[in-house]
Amino acid sequence: MGRTAAECYTAVLGKDMTINWFKYASPSAFYPVAGRLIPWFGAIALVLILASLYVGFFETADHLGGSNPQKEYYRIIFVHVPAAWMSMWLYLVLAGWSAIGLVFNTRLSYMMANALAPTGAIFTFIALWTGAFWGRPSWGTYWDWDPRLTSELILFFLYIGYIALHSAIDDTRRADRAGALLSIVGLVMLPIIFWSINCPDPTQCAALHQRSDPGAIHATILIPMLGMTLGFWSYSFATVFARLRGIILTRESDAAWVRDVIDREARA
Amino acid sequence: MIESISQFVHQGGYAGFVWGAFGMTFALLLAEIWQLRRSRRTILVRVGRLVRLRHPRQSTSPAASRPAAAETRR
Repeated sequence: MGRTAAECYTAVLGKDMTINWFKYASPSAFYPVAGRLIPWFGAIALVLILASLYVGFFETADHLGGSNPQKEYYRIIFVHVPAAWMSMWLYLVLAGWSAIGLVFNTRLSYMMANALAPTGAIFTFIALWTGAFWGRPSWGTYWDWDPRLTSELILFFLYIGYIALHSAIDDTRRADRAGALLSIVGLVMLPIIFWSINCPDPTQCAALHQRSDPGAIHATILIPMLGMTLGFWSYSFATVFARLRGIILTRESDAAWVRDVIDREARA
Repeated sequence: MIESISQFVHQGGYAGFVWGAFGMTFALLLAEIWQLRRSRRTILVRVGRLVRLRHPRQSTSPAASRPAAAETRR
């Protein structure tokens, strides 16, 4: 008795329990970790997406009922809303890693921001595309310069702008810093997208997007929507880590550990 | 059975919208996965070439002997 939990752990496993998180801030340490995590995130994503699709397609149809034509195409929200959430969330994460990179000057943070951009752009495009396919049957138009649609479109251009700016500058360190600044300035779009609803009270007007209370959404709709969101999130982890590994190898090609990795992968 | 499948495909007359939305979503996600797999292969080849150019002797992989052999011929 009298020993701390950490000492017991050290005694039993012969290891120090305190995890040095900064160890994983180095690309060489994170490269294998990311590689091991990819299949797990991929599997979780597959299970969650398939389960949500099943519930969304087969377990919800009769709950809406009536002659409301929306009951036939509302399924689009199971990809539209999760994709829109992911587009904003991934941008927040991208800007967050950019800020950490600017403050601590850590290479891996910039690489993470870099790896996030294409996946974020894809989810933004999916949100816009599925929104158009929802808008045509329900509001009679594929596109309208509604505040939320417009600000989401600008978010898409911000992703494209980040990728274009980064690839336009040859010096990687300057490209990282310029891209980081752009992404942080672009953060203003997130609250704009979030609060850009020109109809605060649905009983007073008809707007494309209305304020809704999550508690009022029927469970058979809310659950596949949340399941799909977690599935997309897990998918993003897998693809971003896969892209990150490529970026690490390319940028660290001078390092000795990359030589070993290449030797091993060439034999595998 | 066949009737329920065709009903499912029909989506109450909104097949184009529903399948257009889901189709684009999963086509893009699968395309991203495919692109990542392809780029991983190209990156391994490209970085491997760079590494062998810089360290022709230290590397022990069989492919590394090729640039060295080219050197002796010259």
